[in-house]
Amino acid sequence: MPRAIEVRGLYYRYEGMDGDVIVDVNLEVERGEFVLLTGASGCGKTTLCRCFNGLIPHFYGGDLRGEICVAGFNVRETPIHKMALKVGFIFQNPDSQLFSLTVERDVAFGLENLGMDREEIKRRVDWALEVVRMKEYRHSAPYELSGGQKQRIAIASVLAMNPEVIVLDEPTAYLDPKTALRIFQLLDELNQRLGLTVVLVEHRLDLASRYASRLMVMSRGRIVLDGDPTTLFHHRLEGYGVTTPRLIRFFRELEREGYIVEKLPLTTEEASAVLRRIIS
Amino acid sequence: MIEVLDVYYTYPNGFTALKGVSLTIDRGECIAIMGENGAGKTTLIKHFNGLLKPTKGAVSVDGSNTMDLSVAQLSRKVGLVFQNPDHQFFSETVEDEIAFALKNFGFQEDEIKRRVDQVLERMGLIHYRQSSPFNLSGGEKKRLAIASVVVFNPDYLVLDEPTIGQDYLQKREIIEIIRSFLKEGKTAVIVTHDLEFVVDLRPRIILMSQGRIILDDTADKALSNLKLLDEASLLPPQITELAYRLFNPPGLEGVLDEKDLMKIIKPLLTRRVKQQ
Repeated sequence: MPRAIEVRGLYYRYEGMDGDVIVDVNLEVERGEFVLLTGASGCGKTTLCRCFNGLIPHFYGGDLRGEICVAGFNVRETPIHKMALKVGFIFQNPDSQLFSLTVERDVAFGLENLGMDREEIKRRVDWALEVVRMKEYRHSAPYELSGGQKQRIAIASVLAMNPEVIVLDEPTAYLDPKTALRIFQLLDELNQRLGLTVVLVEHRLDLASRYASRLMVMSRGRIVLDGDPTTLFHHRLEGYGVTTPRLIRFFRELEREGYIVEKLPLTTEEASAVLRRIIS
Repeated sequence: MIEVLDVYYTYPNGFTALKGVSLTIDRGECIAIMGENGAGKTTLIKHFNGLLKPTKGAVSVDGSNTMDLSVAQLSRKVGLVFQNPDHQFFSETVEDEIAFALKNFGFQEDEIKRRVDQVLERMGLIHYRQSSPFNLSGGEKKRLAIASVVVFNPDYLVLDEPTIGQDYLQKREIIEIIRSFLKEGKTAVIVTHDLEFVVDLRPRIILMSQGRIILDDTADKALSNLKLLDEASLLPPQITELAYRLFNPPGLEGVLDEKDLMKIIKPLLTRRVKQQ
């Protein structure tokens, strides 16, 4: 089986702009990974995501060089509507993704476009709404829903297509912390239960990093750090415009007192377990 | 001083967003308004510059009822930065966008230029002065929106979710702008979900839920009130949550950042077990 994502020597420049915004990106993501992608504003993370589903180069044009394959398809040679079957894309603002009068219609939209038969559509819509726990809202209008609920519907409409990879570009920016955490928990579930490959662009590392199998930091178009979160947090990420979770900052303070913790905790549960061993 | 007296607000569609809100904001204060999506935070701050007038109750700014003043009169005093900056832009270039209010308020040409240059530099927008506001990234738009208000130096700076889409360094810059604003004796009111931002700034905190104020207290006290935070769909700061897991004494207050926790932990550290 092909890898979820395979990128070699990738460069990209937007039409009419000077300079590459993606610079020599090399990347292999196996199926079932949960990749958390972060970095300063303007570092190229959104641009890279647009390459994953073919918006680049098919919609944005510009100059794309190098190799990129997602779910086994060469992105450059595969039209967007075909990529959309393999790669689901979730935007920062769900309003840019929902447009129907009922939740059900929105989730069914992509499937109807494929000319799928009614029974199969119904089955998939039921299933997708079940997975995101929004079944009771199937007849509601998307605009009546809260931000978190809208984002769940956006995720459901992507899931209904049965993609192999789901790419989310700061999906929780407008959500309150508790609602954001619930979205991350849902992604974790999709990743664990369905084996879906997740690429999540986020600034909220304090809430998201516990679910990620891999953290990638971009800077000026390049991937500058790539590894499991507990290891990467030993690096000073602030210089790349990344907010280091407070827990990690606390363990840095502790390091100054001579207590070096190799496996940095990502949750307060883990942190309290570590601390209990070293305090009286 | 901004005084909000038992304010109710019902939107034309019949939705009542504020249900009896009372609040006094003194000159020089720094206040964060927090709470779940739809709690009424944005509706409340739109009353400060007269964009919305109460359905019932009253709002006054420096002693004048907002009913008696136009938005134009109020906005010289109360600078409001919207959550979605697209709603605020209309000029063709970044530079003109920032200069707009200054021209409107009748500033001299050379003073306008001086101020625009200064704020462009400060907000990291100097290279975009000739760009269209709509071509900027989300984070840049947000900083432009802040710049176009900070530039006319209002007495009250009201920011709706200023840190959305901002990275670590840009957040630091926004904190610096708020701090220097406060240093001049001015007032800052910030609607935010960003707990770590609030932990750095330690403002007075107003927690809202379903159109009401459910808590009005210092950051130390408010952010240590895990029950009410939960009601307002907020999570406690990571360090506060950790402190509760470790000690859980009633009355553990103001342990919000790594330095606060270190003060408590340091005397308890044993040399017996060292983590490798």
